[in-house]
Amino acid sequence: MTIAELAPKVAAGTITSEKLTENCLATIADLNPRLNAFITVTADLALARARQADKEIAGGRRLGPLHGIPISLKDLIDLEGMPTTAGSLVRKDHVATTDAVVTRRLREAGAVFVGKTNLHEFAFGTTTEDSGFGPARNPHDPSRSPGGSSGGSAIAVATGMSLGTVGTDTGGSIRIPAAACGIVGLKPEWGRISATGVVPLSRQLDHVGPLAASVADAWILYNAMQPAAARVRELPDAAAVKGLRIGVLAGYLFDRLDADVERSVRGTIELLKSKGATVTEAALPHADDMATVYLHLVFGDAAEYHARTLESRPHDYTPNVRLRLEMARYVLAEDYIRAMRGKTIIAHEVDRALEGVDVLVCPALSIPAPPIGAVTMPVKGGVEAVRTLMLRCTQPFNLSGHPAISLPCGNTPTGLPIGLQLVGHKGRTHALVQAALAVEAVISYS
Amino acid sequence: MTVAEWLALARANAEKRGLPDLIPVLEGLAKATTQLRAADWNDDAERDPKDDGEVADDDR
Repeated sequence: MTIAELAPKVAAGTITSEKLTENCLATIADLNPRLNAFITVTADLALARARQADKEIAGGRRLGPLHGIPISLKDLIDLEGMPTTAGSLVRKDHVATTDAVVTRRLREAGAVFVGKTNLHEFAFGTTTEDSGFGPARNPHDPSRSPGGSSGGSAIAVATGMSLGTVGTDTGGSIRIPAAACGIVGLKPEWGRISATGVVPLSRQLDHVGPLAASVADAWILYNAMQPAAARVRELPDAAAVKGLRIGVLAGYLFDRLDADVERSVRGTIELLKSKGATVTEAALPHADDMATVYLHLVFGDAAEYHARTLESRPHDYTPNVRLRLEMARYVLAEDYIRAMRGKTIIAHEVDRALEGVDVLVCPALSIPAPPIGAVTMPVKGGVEAVRTLMLRCTQPFNLSGHPAISLPCGNTPTGLPIGLQLVGHKGRTHALVQAALAVEAVISYS
Repeated sequence: MTVAEWLALARANAEKRGLPDLIPVLEGLAKATTQLRAADWNDDAERDPKDDGEVADDDR
């Protein structure tokens, strides 16, 4: 069941937070040895908080739809008194002295934290294979990656180890694992959710946001993560599909796709059209330059953050991440500045693509979850590097800062999930979620 | 510094630091940097990247 379905039952006392939390902890105990989704499980703290929530609710105190709901945090987000490893042995002795801002807001909303989830080391990768705590595995096929970097978070929600989770997204690290594991991932507009208390990869591209079992649940989590003044009481109504104006980002975002992904995404667009949506083509003229712009920015920022520990503790990094961070240290300032100019141009082009439409639509992930260890994958147009393919559809909107959401739109013949991405206007995340609720409903009933 | 000059220096530095595995990935970075430097926005560095080419009312 989803948070939206369970919240009224918890509020009414027909299901206790303690029972929900016990169920999640039992699922973790059962599945985590195989899937490696959690680095730290906070069972005692969670049960104590759940019992407290039950008492509060019984006493008439209601904090909202997350009151008593068990959730998890990607292990680069501070939870007071617990380690924040960022998936790296470099930080194995770290203990957070206070909550991250987003943790505090969720705590104040009554959420119960069941643990900290595995990730690609320092969020610097898309597969969650390179973690100091071992690779995480896709629940749909454990020989495959769950995506990343918030891979453990996506597994947790997909399997019921937690009912929602918080991830971060610098090039797609919420939307990619959401697509690979068959759940919903919302990357808010840049700057909407505080990143204080979150280990950075690139402050100018990092976004904090929810992964959840449904669009409504993603909204509930996102709403609680916002500053108090920005929160709203009611769940948004779904937009009407009839008349919904959709811009399909043709070209770059469709020209390196797995055949099943392309079939499913194009089929969903046709389905929306058949239900009355207006579909037009949109373009991003500098799409071909996005990967190189992204790379120079992330490398420059990551090199600055990691310089000291690369010198003092190089062997505590996983070999692949260490190699890429060392490479990052060679980016020249002049090229970093060129990339900053490119970022501004790309943001402007996404605004232009959104003119006259409600949302842009494209795949969330070019390929289904890749096998663990795969370096390349075949797609239309040839064979490409896994990392490049996994970032291809998501990183444009980290550069531009627009809100974007990934939601399931089908499966491959072997049962691997496929994700559709909707991109909204800045300042209108509410409208993006309304459109996503509508699309989710159409897909569910098809 | 041209990309070729940068790459030669970076290779030499990686070898000096005892990181030979870096050399092939630096070659990949060099290709990306070449593409970045070829982007058309570098041809008009005086232009505000947010300017879409239209003249704003205040400037007329």
